[in-house]
Parts: sequence; structure tokens; C-alpha cells
Amino acid sequence: MRCHFARSLNATHCRLRRLKTVSITLTTHAFASIIKSLVQLSVKSERCPKAARTSSLAGLRRGEHGILDRLELPDDQALRLMELGFLPGARIVAAHSAPGGDPRVYRVDGSEFALRRETAALLKLRDPE
Amino acid sequence: MSECHDCGSSVSVLPPVGARAKSAPPAVIAIIGPPNSGKSTLFNRLTGLRQKVANFPGVTVEQRTGRVKLANGREAHLIDLPGLYSLAARSEDEQITHDVLKGLRPGIPRPDAIILILDSTNLGRHLLLAAPILAEGLPTLIALNMADDLTGRGGKVDVNALSDQLGAPVALISASRGEGLDAVTAFLNRADARKKPLMELPVLNDIPGCRRWAARAGEGAGYHAPAPAHWTRRLDAVFLHPVAGPLIFILVVIAVFKSVFSAAKPLMDGLNALVVWSGAAIGALLPDSVFRSLLTEGVWGGVGSVVVFLPQILILFLFIGILEDSGYLARAAVIADRTMARVGLQGKSFIPLLSAYGCAVPAIMSTRTIENKRDRIATILIAPFMTCSARLPIYTLIIAAFIPDRPILGAFLTAQVAALIGLYVLGFIAAVATAKLLKSSVLKSTRTPFIMEMPPYRWPTLRGLSLRLIDRAKVFLRRAGTVILGVAVVLWVLGSLPLKDGKPPTVEASIMGHIGHAVEPVIRPLGFNWKIGVGLIASLAAREVIVGTLGTIYGMEPHAEASNVGLQQAIRKDLSFGGAIALLVFFAFAMQCMSTVAVVRRETGGWKWPAIQFAYMTGLAYAGAFLANQLIH
Repeated sequence: MRCHFARSLNATHCRLRRLKTVSITLTTHAFASIIKSLVQLSVKSERCPKAARTSSLAGLRRGEHGILDRLELPDDQALRLMELGFLPGARIVAAHSAPGGDPRVYRVDGSEFALRRETAALLKLRDPE
Repeated sequence: MSECHDCGSSVSVLPPVGARAKSAPPAVIAIIGPPNSGKSTLFNRLTGLRQKVANFPGVTVEQRTGRVKLANGREAHLIDLPGLYSLAARSEDEQITHDVLKGLRPGIPRPDAIILILDSTNLGRHLLLAAPILAEGLPTLIALNMADDLTGRGGKVDVNALSDQLGAPVALISASRGEGLDAVTAFLNRADARKKPLMELPVLNDIPGCRRWAARAGEGAGYHAPAPAHWTRRLDAVFLHPVAGPLIFILVVIAVFKSVFSAAKPLMDGLNALVVWSGAAIGALLPDSVFRSLLTEGVWGGVGSVVVFLPQILILFLFIGILEDSGYLARAAVIADRTMARVGLQGKSFIPLLSAYGCAVPAIMSTRTIENKRDRIATILIAPFMTCSARLPIYTLIIAAFIPDRPILGAFLTAQVAALIGLYVLGFIAAVATAKLLKSSVLKSTRTPFIMEMPPYRWPTLRGLSLRLIDRAKVFLRRAGTVILGVAVVLWVLGSLPLKDGKPPTVEASIMGHIGHAVEPVIRPLGFNWKIGVGLIASLAAREVIVGTLGTIYGMEPHAEASNVGLQQAIRKDLSFGGAIALLVFFAFAMQCMSTVAVVRRETGGWKWPAIQFAYMTGLAYAGAFLANQLIH
């Protein structure tokens, strides 16, 4: 099992990833992965809960995207979201949010919808692998 | 997708709309579309000022109908149905649309044809609605709106190919610019019977299947989605910026607040002067009689005291219109959502509650933007607790009479200002507590998730804004001409009877005075005497009426505003300090406003909620005033 990061270190991880995309140089990449593994080593295993892995829409930060896997909502609510484009298999991009990150705007199929974190947490994403 | 909806592929047998016999009732055409597809813009384009707004029979969802002149001199009736994403009948809006299309809603004839309006920049999602609408089997025009946006951002669609695929005429239009509307008028004149479509309709309750069907239809029509709206992204980077976003939000709030308070002030004063002047002018024309008194004091004074709020209402709706049409309101709702969620409400409740500081009437009218019915009713029920401008006359009178003008914190915060701020806070606390109470009991959240569509930013059009203002002014004035007129006449009668030697009696000898004496035992524990009782009853119509009534009772000049030192002194002699504070508390809580009661009845579609609200607020006002009077003794 590959363990990701504890919540408190997620920000560092994210900043590094953004850095990665900006300058796609091998050196940066290597530097980032060294830091990444160092960070991983320093995190105790019990501080790595499952939730730290971006398993739902709520875990996406601005600019990140994920593929929707399933909607763990009551049927009528899930159907409403599906009509709007939140279908299993759809690519969803996290956009801007209110201060504090809740609610956040999600981009799907050319439209934008704001969802509260409580709802976004029930929209589960496919494993990135 | 072998299982095809049976009526989808059949050819409609209904006759063309314009070809019906002269004696037949006008053709009824329904306009249907998802929210933000430009439905209302098209409706306004086609009908102009020939429209009227009412609620659907039995429910609170707004129904707009309008008339369109057809080529042969006949008319067609257009019904603007609520915006919806599907016909699955999961919400009240969808249920209504479903019922109207099936001809199941009493009082509304089954439509002869449908105009389905879809956003052409977002066809992948919007075509989804075409499946259930086409399945109805009625002659249908599919109007792809926002053509200017589509081509401007490099998208395209083959209208004829889409028409062949779906078996219905398709038109590419721009409702806001009025482009491509010939096709719509042609359809209104001669609604085409449906052809056999190339594509079979999907199974309607299979949403992924419907999505695939919509995608195939789009592909077959050579649909190219436009590039993302760059301006919208750029503006969102500012308006939803972690620091700049809230700052802009606060600036907008202050601007709305200020405009409702100060920008409307000269207009209201001007209108008030006009009402007073014209009342006097009419009075001068008539001989001195009971009829003159009824006309000038009862009708003119009563209705005039409400009509003066028109500028405030229009300025407020102008602001809300600009915010809504430009797309900023959706962003404001997102920013406000977390704060509102603390009391169980949501972001969309924010603007109505803010407006309520000006006047609860437009605030309650603006709750229409809240789709969740329970959140909407909760917002309507707490809005009158916000300190509206009609409370200020009595607040300033009592504060000036009883609170010393003593500095508390330097020269800026005197005891009088602190008292006024305290009353604003008191109303706010009552609103928050009531919201919490409601949302944890009768109006417990329906567990509908907060989903807010973020429309692209657009320039509000002058045409759209002015139609909106005319609409609101009509609704407001109609009420002033009916409910308020009735109440004003009744109050005048109570104050002017029984006649003594053919002349109106003194206030104490009038029916109103008798009622004041009758209620005195009830209000005695609050520290009020019969004179305050008369004032309270008179102000049932509108809060500010109490100042004028007290002026009359204490034999003072009623028009001399709150700066009237004589009235202040008279009240100070007649009322204890506890009673004065109790009176302020009473006004902070009580729902003394017939306009609000009437608008709540209209917006909630019955007497149930206004009755509950009136009883609750009056009860709270009584309890609060009782406590204030007992504690301050």
C-alpha cells in the first residue's frame, strides 16, 4: 500500500506538484521527488489516513482534476447531479472557491457548479493509477 | 436503447397553431428550458409588455403568461414555465411542467405547441432535456439560444442536421440581441407537425443513456463546443479571490445598503411631497364633507404612505437585477454560503435578508431566487425581523424622548446611537434565533444538496432591466391599490365614527378610541396606556403610522416629523421609561405591516404562513415588551 501524505503536509505536496507543471525540467522533477520521499519518510504511518488520499471531489484543490467513479448520494440527489454532468467517468476540474475552500466551483462538461464540501465528499473519484 | 418511448417517434396529429378556426380559443404555447438558457429573455422579446405574472393555481411557483400577435391578426398565449433540468418530477417546478404538458393542471389548458430553448454554448448538457420534451409528442421548436456567444467563441452547429436527427424544427437564435427570431415567429404562426426523427429517443430514466443520446445528436449535427469563456475565468479569479473576493463582496453589500437607504431618500421625499400636495389640492377642490375627509385622509393618506416606498423598491430591484443578470449574484451566494449555513440557511438567502433592512416587501419578493422551498419559506419568515426603514420614525421619536444624548465612547457613540444600534442587533438576533428554530424543526432541511450553477458573466441589458422593474412596480402598485386601500379605508372609518353633530369625533370618542380602551387591560403589563393601544392598532397597517396617530392623540401637529419636541415631551410625561423601552422592543419584533402580510400570502400561496408568522412575531413582541417593562421597573 502506498501511503500519501498527512493532511498537514498536503499543501507542500501540492505546491511541489504545481511547481512541477510550471517548469518541466528534469532537475526540478528530481528535486521534487527527493523532497517528496523525504516527506513521506518523516510521516508516521498512523498519520496517513485513507482520507488523505484524494478519494473524493472534496480533496481536489484548485486546478486539479479527477475522474468521477460513483456518487454516494440518495438516488434522487445523485440523478440530479448526473443530469448536470456529474456522471461516472466524467472528468471534473476543481476551480475557484469561497474563502476557506467551501463551497467550491467544479467544472464539468463545459459548465460550472458550486457544491458544498459535504456534497463533494460523497462524489468519489477513480484511483489515479 | 431498443426500448423507445412510444410517442416520441410518432407523428403529431395536432393541427398547426395558426390554422385553427377563428372561433377557437387562442393557441397556447409553452416555453420550456433549463435555468440560465435565456428563457425569460426570449419570453420578454416575444411578448414585450403584454405579459402578466401570477402564481400557478395552488402553488407558489410563478407563472408568467403573455400574448403574441400572430400574422393573421389572431393571438397566441405564451406560458413561461419554470426553468428545469429534466422532466423527472423530482421538484415542484418539474412536477408543474410535467402536469402542464400533460394537461393535468386545472385552470391551464394543455399547450398546443412547445418552444424548447437550450443554451447553444452548452448543448452537450442541454440537449438532455430534448428527450423528455420530444417524447411529449407535441409540435416543438428547438431554439438554440446564445448563437452570438457560440460563434464568438468558435463553436458551431448544423441546424438542419440536428432538425433531421430529432424530427423537429431547430432555430439558432440570440434572444438578447433579437437575432434569428423570424424562425420563432414563423413557428408561432404555423407550428409544424413533427417529422419522423432519424434518431430514436432514449429510455428516459436512464440518464447515462440519455447523455449518450444527446452526445450522439450533437455529434451528428457537427456540434463543436465553443472555447471556454475566458472573461468568465478571469473575472472569477478576481471575484472569487481569497482576499479580493470577500472585499468586493462587502463593497457590493455596502453599495446596495447605501442605495436603498440614501439614494432613495430624495426620491421618496419628493414623492411624499407630491402625495401631500396633491392630497391638499384635491381637498381644496371638494366641499368640506365626510367624503372629502375619507378621500384625502383615508384613501390618499393611507395609499400614499405606502406608495412612497416605490423608489426604494425600484432601486433595490435595479441593483438585484444588475447583480443577477451579470452573473455576480451566483458568486455572491457562494461567498455568503458558509456564513448563512451557520443558521441553517444557504447562500441564496443572503441578498433577500440584506434587502430586508430597506423594506421586507421587496426582500420577500426577491426570495424567488431560492429554489429550495423550505429555505425560501424560512427566509421569508425571518426577513421582517430585519430593521426596515419604516421602524425608524418610531425608533427616533422614542429614543429622542427617553434616552439622554450622553456620550458613551467619545463623541462618536452617544447613548442614543447605541440604543439605535442595539435595536438593529435585537432584530438580527431574533432573525438568527428564529432561523435556527425553524431549520431544526418544521423546516428541517430537505437534504437537498446546495448546487449553484455558475453562469458566465454577461452584460445586463437595459431592456431586460427595465422590463423587470416595470414588472415589480406593477405587482407593488396593484397591492397598494387593493389590500392597502382597503385597510386604509377601514382605519379611517374606525377613526371617524360615530359622527357627533355631523362632525368626526375626537380620537378618544371614536370607535378606534373605544378599541384602544378595550385593549388597555391586555397591554397594561407592557406599560402601555390606551393611547399607545390606539397607535398600535393603527400601525397594524404600517409601522410608521403610529407616529402620526400619536401626534393626533396628543394633540400635536402630526406632520412635524420626529424632531417634534412637543410630542416627545407629551409622551415622556405619559409613558414610563420601562414602557418606552417595551414599546421599542415591541416594534423590533412585531409584524405591523399589512404590505408584508399581503406579500407573504402571495409568495407562499396561502394564509397559512402569514398567519403563523403574524402570530409568532406578535407573541414574541408581547413577550419581549413584557419582559422589558417588568425588568426595567
